[in-house]
Amino acid sequence: MRIERRLRQPRWLMFAVPAGSLVFAFFATGLVLYATGHDAISSYRQIVDAAFLNSGALGQTLTQATPLGFTGLAAAAAFRMRLFNIGAEGQLFMGAITADAAGLYFGGAGWPTPLVIFAMVVAGCAGGAAWALIPGALRAFFKTNEIITSLMLNYVAAYVLTYLVFNTESYWRQTTGFNASVFPTSKTIPNAAIWPGWHIFPLGSGIAVLVAFLLWFLFTRTRFGFEAQVLGDSPRAAQYAGMRTRRKILAVMGISGAVAGLGGASQVGDFAHMLDADPNGLQKQFYGYTGIVVAALARYNPLAVVIVAFLIGALQNAGNTLQGADFPSGLVGVMQGIILFSALGGELLVRYRVRLGRAMPATEAA
Amino acid sequence: MRGIVKRFPGVLANDRVDFEAAAGEVHALLGENGAGKSTLSNILTGLYRPDAGEIFIDGEPVQFQSPRDALDARIFMVHQHFRLVEPFTVAENVVLGDHRGEGRTFRLRHRAIEQRVAELSKRYGLAVDPRARVWQLSLGEQQRVEILKALYREARILILDEPTAVLTPQEADVLFETLREMAAEGRTVVFISHKLHEVKAVADRVTVLRGGRSIATVSAADATPRSLASLMVGRELDGGQAARARTAGEPVLELTDVWSDSDRGDSAVRGASLVVRGGEIVAVAGVAGNGQRELAETVAGMRRATRGEILVSGKAIRAGDPRSAIAAGVAYVPEDRLGAGVAPSLSIASNLALKGYRERGSSHGPLLRLGRIRERAVELIHRYGIAASGPGAPARLLSGGNLQKVVLAREFSGKPRLLIAASPTRGLDVGAIETVHAYLREAAADGVGVLLISEDLDEILLLADRVAVMYEGVIVGETSREQADVEEIGLLMAGGQDPRAD
Repeated sequence: MRIERRLRQPRWLMFAVPAGSLVFAFFATGLVLYATGHDAISSYRQIVDAAFLNSGALGQTLTQATPLGFTGLAAAAAFRMRLFNIGAEGQLFMGAITADAAGLYFGGAGWPTPLVIFAMVVAGCAGGAAWALIPGALRAFFKTNEIITSLMLNYVAAYVLTYLVFNTESYWRQTTGFNASVFPTSKTIPNAAIWPGWHIFPLGSGIAVLVAFLLWFLFTRTRFGFEAQVLGDSPRAAQYAGMRTRRKILAVMGISGAVAGLGGASQVGDFAHMLDADPNGLQKQFYGYTGIVVAALARYNPLAVVIVAFLIGALQNAGNTLQGADFPSGLVGVMQGIILFSALGGELLVRYRVRLGRAMPATEAA
Repeated sequence: MRGIVKRFPGVLANDRVDFEAAAGEVHALLGENGAGKSTLSNILTGLYRPDAGEIFIDGEPVQFQSPRDALDARIFMVHQHFRLVEPFTVAENVVLGDHRGEGRTFRLRHRAIEQRVAELSKRYGLAVDPRARVWQLSLGEQQRVEILKALYREARILILDEPTAVLTPQEADVLFETLREMAAEGRTVVFISHKLHEVKAVADRVTVLRGGRSIATVSAADATPRSLASLMVGRELDGGQAARARTAGEPVLELTDVWSDSDRGDSAVRGASLVVRGGEIVAVAGVAGNGQRELAETVAGMRRATRGEILVSGKAIRAGDPRSAIAAGVAYVPEDRLGAGVAPSLSIASNLALKGYRERGSSHGPLLRLGRIRERAVELIHRYGIAASGPGAPARLLSGGNLQKVVLAREFSGKPRLLIAASPTRGLDVGAIETVHAYLREAAADGVGVLLISEDLDEILLLADRVAVMYEGVIVGETSREQADVEEIGLLMAGGQDPRAD
């Protein structure tokens, strides 16, 4: 058996391989289920019910999918240029902090809801972007590895988040009332700052789809996107073509952080209505890291991120709902892992072709 | 080796090649770039498997499934780009991958290995400290480490791929002595080169490859450089092209005392002054590593000039700013096509627009006009005869020649005033080389000043109106083509004295 590089990548493979990977992943997970003494068919049935069909399930799925959409888009935007921003997690926290402050301030000042929401969106973007520009600037000016710096800043952001509510009497912390004297908690944002939904769709889900289209347009139809593509593929070629490398790194990191920060704003405005600083709350969701998986499965295509985020959100929602005695909580994680592995393994089939049979010895051919 | 055939996508690299070398001789493999020398030696060392043909060692047929089989048959190759682990010491590199004796034991017995390496280096005149780390060594010393590796493994057949490219003339002479000594011990040395005088100097016999075929095997003593050259090129070299109607115009490039640093931080270009006029081809000749690459990059703005002035059409360009050079009308065909000239994963259309995407034809404000970019790509692919499945195919799937056409098409379509072509035909097959030459001439005929950087003297004499020779970062001589004398240029390239001085 040997593996050869494909000279041409047939178009149908682009669709057949991901679909095939998914089918393979379901079979492989089925084997795991079977091996652990579960009925695979009924387990899948349960998952579908819990993710989509039960009452309220779809809404829950969207609650899970919305932040994954933002973090997935943040990762996709940076990874496209081979800037490995692993910091969507921390940028989301920072966006939540700034957006919450904006919501508290402008909502409390009696501004009308649309303006407050706009202020929260701007603040969230700014907070996330500022946090992402730290590794961005280090990379652009000192060639520091952004994987490490952005990853480390996630921990810093998490501690800042906890500190603001648990360790200091900050602007974000609720200081009056009985509950606040028992356990530290953050202020609830005024009603004017609460984001309205449309039926089961949170406002953030709509914004995420809009952002996906904007990013897609930016990367495929503009000079900016063209330069980012060249730079991602070959920094030497970009320099050769006279592109401004540093500016582009800063801009793309900023955009990536802004999108993640927007996810933080959506957390505050759509769902929590406060700053969830509990180390077992938002910080245990790992939206930033799961977003990287979403982006990878979507092959960094912003439009595909929307779909993948929805599916992964559904899977996580099902996992949360079903976990219990007969449905091990780790199973959803195992499924996600298997899906990721099959998808990445499938990539190999798109690029290479496997030939069965030994190579012909030279003398036979003569 | 008998009837060796090797195909690559779109190229027949070896076409029924026969090659035979005897024990105790230095056998040169001579041919132009792309003649199939490297492919043949990679087959002999088990790196490639031939599509057809047989290999005999001492009369026994062998089949190499992997490079290890070839090593076991004691065939060893010194590649053009060394296979050394830089942080390791010389001695460690020598035992690396050797699965006999010392190399097989779990614990390295440094003392014993170092001693053995020191013995070998003394016996063959390969001065190098076994305890030095490879990154500390010069390229010439690194080459000695490669040869020591072969000797340590008791190589019967040693293949050297253009070994003198990285050497000074003195170092080359020492190398030749070592090679002769090895042959005298009954080893076979295969010496790959495209330099005629070296082949004459070191080889017993010469096999000439051209276009993937073995053309002839002759005794080096009987051959003259001229006869070898005509075998290699496939025609008698005439003294030069019929002189083009020269319309040397205004200076498009004026260099005054330009200095710049190499990647390692030492001065690579040391006070170069040169003028290129519109409509003429000026060649910079020199052995690789004498600052020509850095000179080209400095003029193209990819390398910062530390001193001196670069004027393009009379206007200074900002040092180290490629965009300013591009805006001034400098087109650049880089030596490192895949590394700098194209973005390999992007489409051919994108690569053709790599520089022009900012212009009005290709973009509208911040937006790209994808339709126009594609149309232009289709037109250029057609006009330059680029063999590709379409404008959307990724550039990395193209062969070397077609890739070069993409670069040329893009650079010419930018309507340049100055074209810098750095080793534009390296690694191309004969047909592609002629195409590239034709385009360079055409550019000059259109009034573009062409700065050709090349190590290939034949190419230079074929194309250039004037020849400047660069040695250790200094332009040591300049002559017009009419007065150019191969031997004199060769002497200057090798750092020999200017003959006019004595």
